[in-house]
Amino acid sequence: MMVPRLLLTIGPIIAALIIAGAVLAVAGVNPLSYYAYVLQRGLLSPGGVQQTLTRMAPLLCIAAGLIIAFRAGIWNLGTDGQFLLGAVAAAASGPLLAEMMPVGLALFLCFVLSTLVAALWSLLPALLRAYQGVNEIITTLMMTFLGTSLANVLVKLVFLDPATTVPQTRTLPVEDRLPRLFDTTVTSGLILGLIAIIAVHLMMTRTAFGLRLRIVGASPRAALHAGLGVPALTVAVFALSAGLAGLAGAVDILGVYGNVRTDWDPAYGMAVIPVVFLARMNGFAAIAFVFLFSILSIGGESAARRLGVPQNFTLVFVAIVLIVLALAEYYTKRISQSREP
Amino acid sequence: MPNANQDIIVLDGVTKRFPGVLANDAVSLTIRSGEVHVLLGENGAGKSTLIDMLSGVQQPDDGHIFVDGKPTAITSPRHALALGVGTVFQHTMLVPSLTVAENLLLGAPWWQRPRKAELRVRAAAIGNNLGITPNLEALTSSLSLGQQQQVEILRALLRNSRVLILDESTSMLTPQGIEELGALVRKLAGQGLAIVFITHKLKEAVAFGDRVSVLKLGRKVGEIDAGQLRSRSETTIISDIVELMFGKRSDDPEGAVQRSHSPEKTANALLEVRDLYVPATPGNHGLESVSFSIGQGEVLGLAGIDGNGQKQLAEALAGQLPAVAGSIRLGPAQITGLSVGRRRAAGLRYLTDDRLGEGIVGDFPVAINLFLKEVGAPPLWRHGIEQRSAIEARAGELIRQYDVRTPSPRTPAGRLSGGNIQKLILARELAFGAKLIIFNKPTHGLDLANTLAARQWIKDIAAGGMGVLLISTDLEELLALSDRIAVMSRGRIAGIVDNSGAARMAVGRLMTGLAA
Amino acid sequence: MSGLFTEIFLSALLFGAITAAIPLLLAGLGEQMSEKAGVLNIGIEGMMIGGAYVGFLGAYYGNSLWLGFLGGALTGIAVALVMVLLCVRLGLNQIVIGIGLTLGLEGLTALAHHFQFSRTYPRLPAADATVIPLLSDIPVLGPALFKHHLIVYLAVLLVFVMSHIYRRTQLGLSLQAAGDKPAALDVAGVDVVRTRTIAVLVTGALAGIGGAYLANIGAGIFVPFITNGAGFLGIVLAMLARGRPMWVLIGAVLFGVCLSLTTAMQVAGINMPTDVIQMLPFIAVMTMLILFGRKASLPAALGLPYQRGVR
Repeated sequence: MMVPRLLLTIGPIIAALIIAGAVLAVAGVNPLSYYAYVLQRGLLSPGGVQQTLTRMAPLLCIAAGLIIAFRAGIWNLGTDGQFLLGAVAAAASGPLLAEMMPVGLALFLCFVLSTLVAALWSLLPALLRAYQGVNEIITTLMMTFLGTSLANVLVKLVFLDPATTVPQTRTLPVEDRLPRLFDTTVTSGLILGLIAIIAVHLMMTRTAFGLRLRIVGASPRAALHAGLGVPALTVAVFALSAGLAGLAGAVDILGVYGNVRTDWDPAYGMAVIPVVFLARMNGFAAIAFVFLFSILSIGGESAARRLGVPQNFTLVFVAIVLIVLALAEYYTKRISQSREP
Repeated sequence: MPNANQDIIVLDGVTKRFPGVLANDAVSLTIRSGEVHVLLGENGAGKSTLIDMLSGVQQPDDGHIFVDGKPTAITSPRHALALGVGTVFQHTMLVPSLTVAENLLLGAPWWQRPRKAELRVRAAAIGNNLGITPNLEALTSSLSLGQQQQVEILRALLRNSRVLILDESTSMLTPQGIEELGALVRKLAGQGLAIVFITHKLKEAVAFGDRVSVLKLGRKVGEIDAGQLRSRSETTIISDIVELMFGKRSDDPEGAVQRSHSPEKTANALLEVRDLYVPATPGNHGLESVSFSIGQGEVLGLAGIDGNGQKQLAEALAGQLPAVAGSIRLGPAQITGLSVGRRRAAGLRYLTDDRLGEGIVGDFPVAINLFLKEVGAPPLWRHGIEQRSAIEARAGELIRQYDVRTPSPRTPAGRLSGGNIQKLILARELAFGAKLIIFNKPTHGLDLANTLAARQWIKDIAAGGMGVLLISTDLEELLALSDRIAVMSRGRIAGIVDNSGAARMAVGRLMTGLAA
Repeated sequence: MSGLFTEIFLSALLFGAITAAIPLLLAGLGEQMSEKAGVLNIGIEGMMIGGAYVGFLGAYYGNSLWLGFLGGALTGIAVALVMVLLCVRLGLNQIVIGIGLTLGLEGLTALAHHFQFSRTYPRLPAADATVIPLLSDIPVLGPALFKHHLIVYLAVLLVFVMSHIYRRTQLGLSLQAAGDKPAALDVAGVDVVRTRTIAVLVTGALAGIGGAYLANIGAGIFVPFITNGAGFLGIVLAMLARGRPMWVLIGAVLFGVCLSLTTAMQVAGINMPTDVIQMLPFIAVMTMLILFGRKASLPAALGLPYQRGVR
């Protein structure tokens, strides 16, 4: 009997629930009440589920960017830095542009700017990898540390709003932000996120460009042999992947927060990596898993305040998911190989 | 001096299964000291798996291995070495970044200081006797493949091996080198060593062996002992063996009739290469002053010991390796400096020897692999969007036309057998618009049926007016298919000879660095 | 600016540089051994932070820095053991597991610290220095280099120990073979998995000690995410050092100088925003990678799990 794909996907989640739950138990927190609280706050309450859907917006954009990178065989671990710089770009330009032109145009320009800034931030690792063969894991990680500090510098020194006591950028007025969906508090950024991830999925699976990226990811030598321009494609992948992370930053600022505070770093990027793996780089599956992750994220934020369990629990949870998933895939492959006639 | 012909290792009904294939089926044979025992079989017959089991890399599923009369499980390479079994594998098993001495010292207890002085003495003692005197301080990557092979033989002897297994050892040697190896093997046998010699070449088997065990599809189908080898003529023995392997009598199963050279083919050169220069890289030869031409309908063979720049030449022609100087003309077009895709569009086709690593993407479907070099091109892609049904339809046509055995066009290409992967690559390269085709070791690793089919394709292509550059380490193959044969040595063309009666000798001389 | 080049400033700068360099040195030496043997150990950041937290626990509750180092080493080994079992033995993707370990341990230590110390945020007393007589009287260099805790001198000594191992022992040969061509090592009769296991466990131990040092001596306190990329910097050092432990030391000191500029600048009265100064080491890293990245020679079999008999 073949191990069904579903079990392979649900299994790691359940394993993580158990193991992470054990961690909570050791710390003196009842895991069941924690999970119940997270579910209640993240999914079952009308306010909570709207927050969850709102949280999905930037996460979907980041996930889309990661899918492109990973399928092309590129470890873009710099999404956190790219996200922050995109956010700062949006926060800095948003209020200014909103005063000068119709809101829709201003928002659009902000998105473009954020995407470009983030893509530019990935240029150095991209060139190093494409033309010098330098491992991008290290370069993108370093750029994240740089980017986080740079974002802080920009917020504190360049774009600081003198009118407030809290160190932050000038706040974009609520009426100038991304509109909400219908009567809910869910940001329309969610639509953007959904479009992004579906577009990426279709691009990767149905277009020539996507196929070329996948060939490079599966076998760089075959790509060279087949005449694909690997360096140019590499740079393109970085730009797209980073750009989407920057877009995510813009979505979060223009749709939710309206400004960037110093030392703000939600660190979505690394946490989304296991989610994307769980979805096997499939865009539609990623939507489902991003949804689940958002529940945990929103519920966890609330739990941090009410139950005293810090948000870091989410990191532990997804890390366990990733490791168990890797193990599960290994054993599934072993089983199916030994069953071949 | 040990008794001649003592049974050292006995294989009794040894069976090994892998998913999807029965590699060895109840094989029984005996390895005796002082005897050269040849294991003969075409590719896929199960020779390598037997070797793996003797050297501790794999364990048998059924049957027994007796060492010195006792049933023994050879559990690891370390155990095999302890039992006195030394193996020289087909692909060199030396660490490129270590020196020769360091490679020979690998395996001593971890805390020890490497005992170089002791090694020097022992290596000299054993090696001088046999003519193996490598420079111990040389970096292994700087040695030729033939030299590395000698180091591996030396290593086996340093480990006090009683059994020396040589796996397809002649593919990287010149004809003269093969003779020297034969002499060395004889000498070692004379000293009481048991030699197991694996090959797929009939003539070699008969020339080298005291005893020949013939393998076919995992089973041992016959054994010819020393008495028979001495008493009967070579052609008779070869016919016997062919009958065992293929079920019909013939003294030349590969049909290796030498091709006759037609001088008019070189007149209108289809491909002209002038003074091609590619800088050398660590571990790889470059190319220097490479010039030759190929006419329409001509097959130019490229001979030479593996690793003398043949792959670099193929890649430089295809565009994968940029040439720093020189020119390449294909038909009316100058293709120097053009990208891989543009050269392909001009009619150049390159069938790589590295089928799995370069030629296909194993995880992708056969259909996609068939069009790997045309991604995005209409009509299979319109405005960059995949036309799935068109792709599958066209793939189906090619699969039928080139007899690629695959469950479906969607099967991952990596699951196909070696021969079918080669047919897939053939289909991809030849289907449309090919003018000049580069074949890099096209029959390497294929069984006889696929080998003959591939050679027929080459003949047909040339007959159809296309030009062929045939790179091969199989001299018989080159003699059978080529109009002219170029010999490559250290990144240069050592010479080009017409494929006439004296070609074999001439090529051999050129390979060793002598004038033709 | 008058305080910039006084002896006190330079001494403080150098002292801080050494203190900041030690975790990087240990991480770099450890990663170097892993990479030599063919294992790309991304999880080293996780090993460091795990070692930092348990090291802090050991030092705080055990009232002994050496207990802290022991705890750090053991934690690092424990995390490395996961890497060994999953990647070296089973052959799972080294990058995926490395990311998992790093994320998981960052979260785990932050959680644990919250539950244990979030109200109190205890600090450790300053470390005992082992003062080397005579040498420590040299102006500027003396107080900077020769008044450190004993472990600092041991770490520097380790550079020479590693050098010796790589160049003059069979283990060194085996490690290099394991990273360059593991099949050749197997045929020579050496257990590839065991060789790589040794390398990864050593990495874990060193990273764990490095983390403990960072928390206990470098900072005197544990704060979540305190390593802040020290493990990854160790990877950079290992990449650029081309197999030579001495270069790891040199690189670590250079980065240490960048890292210690923050405090040194404050001592000198220079008013530069912390965030800008914090960017300096990473700018230095990127510059190094731009200049020397291409030449970072990595072993041929790096990142590839070894399976005997796979054709």
